[in-house]
Amino acid sequence: MTEKPVLEVKGLTLDFATRRGTLRALDGVSFTIGRGEVLGVVGESGAGKSLTGTAIIGLVERPGRITGGEIRLNGQRIDNLPPKEMRAIRGRKIGMIFQDPLTSLNPVFRIGDQLTETLQAHLPLSKAEARQRAIELLIEVGIPAPEKRIDGYPHEFSGGMRQRVVIALALAAGPDLIVADEPTTALDVSVQAQIITLLKRLCRTRGTSVMLITHDMGVIAETADRVAVMYAGRIAEIGPVADVIRHPRHPYARGLMGAIPALDTRVKRLTQISGSMPRLDSIPKGCAFQPRCTMAIPRCSLERPELVQAGASRAACWLANAETEVPA
Amino acid sequence: MFAYSIRSIAQGLLVLVAVAFIAFSMFRFVGDPVANMLGQEATLQDRQELSERLGLNDPWPVQFAQFIGNAATGEFGVSYRQARKVSDLIKERLPATVELAVLSALVATFFGVLLGVYVAINRTGFLSNAIMSISLIGVSLPTFLIGIGLIYIFAVELRWLPSFGRGETVKIGWWSTGLLTESGRKSLIMPVLTLAFFQLTLIMRLVRSEMLEVMRADFIRFARARGLGERVIELRHALRNTLVPVVTIAGLQLGSVIAFAIVTETVFQWPGLGALFVNAVQFADVPVMAAYLMFVAAVFVITNLIVDLLYFLLDPRLRTGGRTAKGH
Repeated sequence: MTEKPVLEVKGLTLDFATRRGTLRALDGVSFTIGRGEVLGVVGESGAGKSLTGTAIIGLVERPGRITGGEIRLNGQRIDNLPPKEMRAIRGRKIGMIFQDPLTSLNPVFRIGDQLTETLQAHLPLSKAEARQRAIELLIEVGIPAPEKRIDGYPHEFSGGMRQRVVIALALAAGPDLIVADEPTTALDVSVQAQIITLLKRLCRTRGTSVMLITHDMGVIAETADRVAVMYAGRIAEIGPVADVIRHPRHPYARGLMGAIPALDTRVKRLTQISGSMPRLDSIPKGCAFQPRCTMAIPRCSLERPELVQAGASRAACWLANAETEVPA
Repeated sequence: MFAYSIRSIAQGLLVLVAVAFIAFSMFRFVGDPVANMLGQEATLQDRQELSERLGLNDPWPVQFAQFIGNAATGEFGVSYRQARKVSDLIKERLPATVELAVLSALVATFFGVLLGVYVAINRTGFLSNAIMSISLIGVSLPTFLIGIGLIYIFAVELRWLPSFGRGETVKIGWWSTGLLTESGRKSLIMPVLTLAFFQLTLIMRLVRSEMLEVMRADFIRFARARGLGERVIELRHALRNTLVPVVTIAGLQLGSVIAFAIVTETVFQWPGLGALFVNAVQFADVPVMAAYLMFVAAVFVITNLIVDLLYFLLDPRLRTGGRTAKGH
């Protein structure tokens, strides 16, 4: 990563103003994504994965508000752009794929119309050119008989096919970055792999970077170059996929990896992290994971650890560099 | 779609037969037609002769079959009070009611959708709040009060508009229209506004809540993520989805507008069907009442049919018929 990263997030803080005070949903999140790189983001529900994605594309809804830090795309700061300029970036520079392909497409418009309107919103194309481009996109995402299917309505497509259309829509204007928010969670297991492979292939050939948000460690291991583990609105650990999976430094990451069933080794019982993530209004003072951590030392409940270099990754744990054995 | 239409029509016919039965029973329970027609001095023999001639001695299924047969050809017998054929009376009054109701429905739908979209988009503006407050009046004030209020302001105080009647009408075939003369058009304004006001506020509130609902949908979020303009999203993507339920309600309301113009017609002494019915009730003029009942039922059945067919235009999911989603 010698060249400038496509996306740079620095100290991103996001608050929800509620009647009972301000809730901090994201707390100093920092990471970068290089050109053509796939960054996987994992963590439990409510850890702030999706929120980070929504913040990057500038679609945080009230009462949520970015209260600190900055987001840079190709070096240009985008978190404080006026709505009109941000809209020109959405779709054109950053594409987004949502979880549920069944509800991502407008049911009353032909998919061709939805493709051409996206293309024409960003590129100087005539109607005929846009349609031609739309057909090419459908071919690229593997829709059979695209000249015919382009005039179909979303309900005439299966879930997997719809997600292909959604990918075509997200890639339509040739963005530099795709934020894929659990793109396969709502799909059949048999279709999931196809969609991930497709997404990976398309982004690789176009040099598009991907922020891949998922619960699925298998998908991360298969697809991502680096992975960020999020916990309670912060990054617990971030590093190259192989390192984080094989030598997780943060106890939480270790717990997550321990919960993955392995094929080659016989494990009697999968490990499980006891307890649950704290609610946003009761995040402990020190390390947010400390109450659930089996290795906690007194310092953990007093001081909050920042990300520190630990091997090839960086982890937010006081014991990140302490010699601890890795459970098999 | 064909089978669906056939089924709708069959259901409509069933409703009409049921209503016909109720209308038919009125003849048997509301007063004695023979006594009504002959007066008090008739002899027993006169009565029996008339009963025989009118077919009143036949068993009731035969009479009912005759009634249906006649009703199907628009024949409801002779008005007790006016001694004229009911079909002629209805033909004479129909244009006044249809012009009033159709204009009201158009005004209510057009302005209802327009204002509904406006208040949904500008949810917190001063004008929106004002419109919403005024619409509460429309929902809660009885129609006759609005009519009387309008008469007081525009006919009594300002003397701009006539307070009753249709003004001059022009005959086109058997149809008499008030739209071609100035006094006719002036006479229409207040009754149309009175009749439209309630529907207008209803449609407006419906459009508003539907629109707010649709704006939360995933495909709206995805449309934003594709970088589409806010106006395009609101007026193209959201409105089209809003219209499906709105058409249902607006369509069904059109039925009740035509059917229950009674109050407005009474307030403005509008020579329409409603006024005819009110007079018929006062004098227990059963043939007229029965004919009106059948007319109202027919209007409801027909508007229902039209609404069913409109669904196909608005919602492509209903249109597919043979084409189904291809498996993955």
